[in-house]
Amino acid sequence: MEFNLKIWRQKDARSQGGFIDYNLKGVSGEMSFLEMIDYLNKTLIEGGEEPVAFEHDCREGICGSCSLYINGRPHGPEDLIATCELRMTRFKDGDTIVIEPWRAKSFPVLKDLIVDRYAFDKIMQAGGFISVNTGAAPEANSIPVSKEAADEAYDAAICIGCGACVAACKNSSAMLFVAAKVSQLSLLPQGKAETAKRARAMVEKMDELGFGSCTNTTACETECPKGISMAHIARLNREFLLAGLKS
Amino acid sequence: MSSFINASIGKKFLVSISGLFLISFLAVHLFVNLFLLGGQESYNLIAHFMATDYVISVMEPMLAIGFLLHIIYSSYLTITNQSTRPHKYKIVDQSDTTSWASRNMFVLGGLVLIFLVIHLSNFWFQMQFGEMEYIEYGGVMVQDAYSLVTAKFTIWWQVLLYVAAAGFLGLHLLHGFQSAFLTLGLYNKIWRQRLMVIGILYTIVITAGFSLIPLYFLIAHYTT
Ligand code: SF4
Ligand code: FES
Repeated sequence: MEFNLKIWRQKDARSQGGFIDYNLKGVSGEMSFLEMIDYLNKTLIEGGEEPVAFEHDCREGICGSCSLYINGRPHGPEDLIATCELRMTRFKDGDTIVIEPWRAKSFPVLKDLIVDRYAFDKIMQAGGFISVNTGAAPEANSIPVSKEAADEAYDAAICIGCGACVAACKNSSAMLFVAAKVSQLSLLPQGKAETAKRARAMVEKMDELGFGSCTNTTACETECPKGISMAHIARLNREFLLAGLKS
Repeated sequence: MSSFINASIGKKFLVSISGLFLISFLAVHLFVNLFLLGGQESYNLIAHFMATDYVISVMEPMLAIGFLLHIIYSSYLTITNQSTRPHKYKIVDQSDTTSWASRNMFVLGGLVLIFLVIHLSNFWFQMQFGEMEYIEYGGVMVQDAYSLVTAKFTIWWQVLLYVAAAGFLGLHLLHGFQSAFLTLGLYNKIWRQRLMVIGILYTIVITAGFSLIPLYFLIAHYTT
């Protein structure tokens, strides 16, 4: 297959950057999207050019590092997958593919298609944990958890922190990510105790870091590779409002 | 409390609470409008009741506060949201992932607000400060609001304006109704579907009600 690629190239965080066109021949349908870029990079290196910088690690949809905005959609045209799981068969021979980095004030571009997602770590540091004294791990079955709560917590826990929710949102809101974290912990007995404090701290940090305010368009939910539901955003809102009433 | 209002979710809380209040007001308003179909006396009497001291002295300030909170906080959020993506995407494809209404709530709200100004000057302003006819019902002098309203509804472009506004309002409600519940946290996987259905039904009733009544008077004017 042959593709016309339009890729955002930017030397470093301070440079301007712009789109560069590449015509790539000899792509096979079995290639993943990232393998297609590997292949492009090989041809670039052979031609003495700088390869396109992009993030990747596990290449099986579990680490959340791949982060490409493809033809107007984070992680490309298919639902419920990360960029690394996208196959080139999804495109037609001769297609033009526009590849951009995540765009948000809170995710500045570092180089080409790589953005700085440290803001997510800062939100996690603000409250995305359970305060426990270290020591021997307690007996797992001593705290009963209902099947429903465990399932619902799991649905939130599968968030891989990729940031597609922010990239998709017209307001660059991080609500789905924060909701997944708050929801997961508040559903389990170990995390419940600190829910109010956690919800408040993480939302405050999210606001402070310049993410926008959610307007419930549900773009995040549709683009999330893990299908994190809006229902978690509702739970975050609920916990935050209850925290406000208690204070 | 101040940290609550400073937070994005706190402001959204105010937008949704005021939105739900305005949504419930729409039902009352439509109920009153239905009396237009009952003729001059029935409408004039309900309008007279609505304008009595204790109803209006509670309703008017509450409505004013409701509108102000809704407009101020949603404008603030919309404006601050504009700066969260300084570098725009070259292509954005949200046609399948989000509804048009959800992406254009501010525009829709703005159109409804423009209509509201015209609507208030048409009726509210006239009833408060204009020259009104009075009719006596059982010894009580009552403003002839019926003639004022139905006269407006014989002007085709006024009716067109009302129908268009009902359409914009409907689109605003289509997203706003369920969105308000989501923001208040009164929403989960089961209620999501239910709220969507209730929201759609409510929107249909409101939009149809507010557009069909003016249309009825326009058609009646040209056919009788
Ligand atoms: S909520 Fe979904 S889109 Fe957002 S960071 Fe987690 S996995 Fe990625
Ligand atoms: S590379 Fe790990 S999720 Fe895509």
